[in-house]
Amino acid sequence: MAATTSARGPRGSVELGAAPVSAATVDTQVGDRLVRFDRVERTLHWANAVLLLSCLVTGAAMYVPALSGLVGRRRTVENIHVISGLALPVPFVAVLLGRWRRGFVRDAKRLGRFLDDDWRWLRRRPRRSGRLRIGKFNAGQKVNAVLVAGLLPVMLLSGAVMQWNQRFSDAWRTGATFVHDWGFLALFVLTVAHIAKALAEPVLLRSMVRGWVSVSWAAHHRPRWHDEVVGDDPASEVGAPADGA
Amino acid sequence: MAVQGEAEGDRVEQVEGRDGTPVGRRAVLGMVGLGAIGVVIGAKVQSGVARALRPLTLNDRTGLASLLPGSGTFRIYSVTGSLPSRSTSQWKLRLDGLVDTPLDLNYQQLRALAPTHLTKDFQCVTGWRVSKVAWTGVKLADLLDKAGVRAGATHLRLYSFDGAYTESLTLAQARRDDVLVAYEMLGKPVTHEHGGPVRLYVAPMYGYKSLKWLERIEVVNTLVPGYWEDLGYDVDAFIGQSNGRSDTPVS
Repeated sequence: MAATTSARGPRGSVELGAAPVSAATVDTQVGDRLVRFDRVERTLHWANAVLLLSCLVTGAAMYVPALSGLVGRRRTVENIHVISGLALPVPFVAVLLGRWRRGFVRDAKRLGRFLDDDWRWLRRRPRRSGRLRIGKFNAGQKVNAVLVAGLLPVMLLSGAVMQWNQRFSDAWRTGATFVHDWGFLALFVLTVAHIAKALAEPVLLRSMVRGWVSVSWAAHHRPRWHDEVVGDDPASEVGAPADGA
Repeated sequence: MAVQGEAEGDRVEQVEGRDGTPVGRRAVLGMVGLGAIGVVIGAKVQSGVARALRPLTLNDRTGLASLLPGSGTFRIYSVTGSLPSRSTSQWKLRLDGLVDTPLDLNYQQLRALAPTHLTKDFQCVTGWRVSKVAWTGVKLADLLDKAGVRAGATHLRLYSFDGAYTESLTLAQARRDDVLVAYEMLGKPVTHEHGGPVRLYVAPMYGYKSLKWLERIEVVNTLVPGYWEDLGYDVDAFIGQSNGRSDTPVS
């Protein structure tokens, strides 16, 4: 595929020669490793993780009555919560502003696009039959990413109405609180599930730390992405089991 | 180089699936739209949910029902590091300042005074409201009469044993029939998290006037704003007529 070759274009190759795999271009092969996330993406992920956890922990301290009593310090908790919340978009904006956004934009597009096998993955159990040709992200990762991407602006907007409430009617303030409360519960469940999955799949967790996975892991667990990067003969996709299944 | 980078990014769709459906953007925009609708009509939904859940939340021993958004239950606010705790035997109330005879009451002595029962809503300035909360306590007016307020007194300062929280009331406000020094809430002794063993309940005003963990009432001749009032909340905090809100007053 033309796109595959251009993804490993001249610039990428030069970088690979000089830099360690941790700094390499996303979706390229370095020896027996595939670069899954570039440095910018990993930094964005962990910056976002810190800010979101800060929001969730302080949010829980204000929302769950038993925790409110334990933690107290309402003003301090509130200030940390608001500052963390307002800071949440900053890493995203910083990434999108520069040329370094490329890896993030590529992956964001992948995460938002559901392939035929993703729908099958969502419907079918067991999911690890190996018959589905999963791309770089499985459908669970995509669902999580899309929901979080939708919830963050909702939380930012409803939170802003709560914070600068004098400008809004009582009904809007109450409505914003209502939305923010439900959004908190949803984000809490998603985050717990995300962390649980990450701990259950150390390879994926490590890929968000070091940036790479082994070629063999990718071939087995993310075959479609593997073939895309390693440049398998496109014809082999036609005969892949999933197409017939 | 930058142009090339752009072109590579754009071709992702060809890389990852011509067979794909680009649901991401639609889903995100849909959720933002839902969120906006929720802000506009959420108040109505919330009061409906609160009414529907009322039988459940009233008798909830696990505390789980209160985690449901819109369940219409109390949220716990405390401005200090941990919930202050004082047993009924440790607790004392002092009423002093511009009075003829300062009062020192222990818990038993307070409960021996003529009780007043009120069942009224509790409305927080941040918007949540708990409907039909039963309170039992002694009218603040009765305590003031017992101590004998001196001429020239105009205000009260109220102190919490959390060491930080204070409140203020005018003498006229404090003498209302619906202002209690409360020791029972919802038919049971006021719990620690709700401000027990004894708290104030100022029915006609927003919740921040109903000081928790009451330990001292001082009669003074000048207004000293309370904790949240120093931070911008209205001193005269009548429900529906202050803090820029138009809630229905409690009946």
